Amino acid sequence: MLGSGILQGLAVTARNLVGSFHDPARYTTQEYPEVLPTLPENYRNFPFLITENATDPMGTLRCVACQICEKECPPQCIYIEKSKDKKPDANGKMQLYPAVFDIDTSVCMSCQICVEVCPFDAIKMDQVFAIAATDRFTGLLLDRAQLAKPNTYYHSIHPTEATEVDARLAEEKRIAEEKAKAAAAAKAAAPAKPLPGGQAPAGQPGGTGQPPPKAASAPVAPAPQPPPPAAPGS
Amino acid sequence: MISATPESFLERLPLLVGDLIARVVPASLLWFVTSLIAIVAILAVFGLLFAFLTLAERKILGRIQNRPGPNRTGYFGLLQPFADGIKMIIKEDIVPRDADKVLHYLAPVVLVSLALMTFAVLPFGRHLVPVELDSAVLYFFAAGAATELAVFMAGWASHNKYSLLAAMRALAQLISYELPLLLSVVPVVMLAGTLSTTGIVAAQGGWKYGLIPHWYVLTPWGFAGFLIFFTAALAESNRSPFDLPEAESELIAGHLTEYSGFKYALFFMAEYFGMTALCGMGVTLYLGGWQAPCAFLEIIPSYLWFLAKLLTLLVLFMWIRGTLPRLRIDQLTRFAWKFLVPLALINLGTVAFWHLTLGWGGALQLARWALAIAFVVGPFVLMGRRLSAGVAPRTYRYAP
Amino acid sequence: MTAILAFIALVMLGSAAAAMISRNLVHSALLLALSWLGTAGFYLWAGADFAAFAQVIVYVGAVSMVVLFAVLLTRQNPVGDVLVEPASRKRSTAALSVGACVAAVLSAAVMSSSFPPASVAAPTATVKQIGLELMGPYGAALLIVGVLLTVALLGAIVLAASEPERNPEDAP
Repeated sequence: MLGSGILQGLAVTARNLVGSFHDPARYTTQEYPEVLPTLPENYRNFPFLITENATDPMGTLRCVACQICEKECPPQCIYIEKSKDKKPDANGKMQLYPAVFDIDTSVCMSCQICVEVCPFDAIKMDQVFAIAATDRFTGLLLDRAQLAKPNTYYHSIHPTEATEVDARLAEEKRIAEEKAKAAAAAKAAAPAKPLPGGQAPAGQPGGTGQPPPKAASAPVAPAPQPPPPAAPGS
Repeated sequence: MISATPESFLERLPLLVGDLIARVVPASLLWFVTSLIAIVAILAVFGLLFAFLTLAERKILGRIQNRPGPNRTGYFGLLQPFADGIKMIIKEDIVPRDADKVLHYLAPVVLVSLALMTFAVLPFGRHLVPVELDSAVLYFFAAGAATELAVFMAGWASHNKYSLLAAMRALAQLISYELPLLLSVVPVVMLAGTLSTTGIVAAQGGWKYGLIPHWYVLTPWGFAGFLIFFTAALAESNRSPFDLPEAESELIAGHLTEYSGFKYALFFMAEYFGMTALCGMGVTLYLGGWQAPCAFLEIIPSYLWFLAKLLTLLVLFMWIRGTLPRLRIDQLTRFAWKFLVPLALINLGTVAFWHLTLGWGGALQLARWALAIAFVVGPFVLMGRRLSAGVAPRTYRYAP
Repeated sequence: MTAILAFIALVMLGSAAAAMISRNLVHSALLLALSWLGTAGFYLWAGADFAAFAQVIVYVGAVSMVVLFAVLLTRQNPVGDVLVEPASRKRSTAALSVGACVAAVLSAAVMSSSFPPASVAAPTATVKQIGLELMGPYGAALLIVGVLLTVALLGAIVLAASEPERNPEDAP
């Protein structure tokens, strides 16, 4: 009969109207500032620097100012100045640290290349999107202090990645320590072995020079592999 | 609880106010002062009603569409109409360079003033008619018909071929639906025996067994007539599904394209005033005006009953807007001329039958009702089948 | 009372004169509608409210639409202004002389006819009385007008519905 479709339509909209007061399926609005959206884990926005220890952020940055991310960044939004001195890193090795580390978030395109190429898992992608500022050049240019966030924060936003990175770094640390122990044992055992004159004393500074690059290169080889599976997934 | 029988205080309040004014104001100025008070009261009440109608429309449409509607300005968005008003007032008033300045300025003014003039004959309560005219219904539709001229003026003065085209389409729609509108009013006038709105409301007074009112909508011909009137009122006030003249996806805003700021607000206001006035007339003609539905519900004053019925019809307007898609211009003109006009004419015949068989008593009353229902439903079904042959109902076959 | 009548007459005649004088065709049509509104005001002043509202519905609401549609659909010039040829003095003398003749004839007719004094009370015709008059003594006139309108409507439908013969090779 003519008009039956109209009546069915009216019934549908009436059900929507009445249902929107008590049925959450019929009220799909999330009122934004009061209800924050649930972001997927692989959501990324702008990068941030990881510090091991929240109480001393500037002193425990993982970044060693190798400047690889600065060179690989497509829009060139990272600016790094190396420090003049060295500080010990998590494995006890003396590393440089970035005196200035600026990211211009108005230029950054969130491509995550800096994360993929970082050999030290020092820079990761953050999930904060509410960074509106009134001035483009001061408000959106984030410096080292604003970029440094603790590892616990990284765990809270990207749990699976963070546990995997921590496991890998712990593994590397373990290998480095074992190598150091083996080297120390070798060093302790080496003076017992008679060697040609110039080699034994020369071997020691050389000996301490060589194994660490090998130990350092061994973790570098597996390191690029885990980020690529994360990159297509993010 | 204060009872509101015809002699109670709340009902007689307007009369008491009138007496007070008559005592204060000298006789020579009395007519002027009472008219001025009536005008100010109508402007204030219906202006506020317009403001909260816009908000109610947005909230109701929002809830129908699973979202809240405006809820940021004030609690539940109650300050939204005032925010909209401020926005409209402070916007720049742009007049196209080649536009006809006089007509461009006059069109919204004429439209709003004519829409407001239609409120003068609506009986808002037992003692609350602004102007009591013998041919009140005719006055109402005269003022409504003159608004079409303002639509043309708006489209022509904009010096925009798309506005002109849209104004022509809007005029075609308005003229097409004048006929069902007036034809659905004729049966009511026939049965009530008068063109005066107060007379029509009085003719629907009284209750059968104190419970069932004698409103015309509760008779077969009245129900059909009310539906035709309601549809034609939707079309006359350019509301969905007949909102082709002002739809944003057609010709931008139609004849309103070149209007900005407060003139646009005036057009908007004129549309809502027209809608409210037509709903008020529908309430008067078919829903018994200010009469209460049952005898014991006369506790509530008559103007509150009018307001309740008016708000029900307006919410029905909004509900339909949220449900139905827009009709094309050829679909809506075809609907008016080929469907509504013949049905309204047949309805006239049904009313004549109803009136002539008033004397049938007892068991013949059932026959009278059955025949009247057959005269109403039969042509509707038959014409519906004939007009939608080959078009409806659609059978949908979905991919497995 | 005469002040109101003078004002209504001014509106009615003034807008008609302005409609004659105006160069813009659409302005003329709208001023004509204003003149009809003035006529409706005159009916209201004379107490014939039914006639006044019927005048508004029929003339301002419908006939003005017809006039405007006719104006818009039959325009030759793209711009709305009507071209005026020169030799305006010849035209103005012709206009004035014709106007004076018509005025003379009309005023002679008005002066020479006798207006009997009106009865004590003006007749107040309610709508019911008008209806009874239309159904009774003037029933024949009403039916003839109805037939005329129906014929006009049918003619319009026939004219609108018939499509011209198309050469099948032309574009649709």
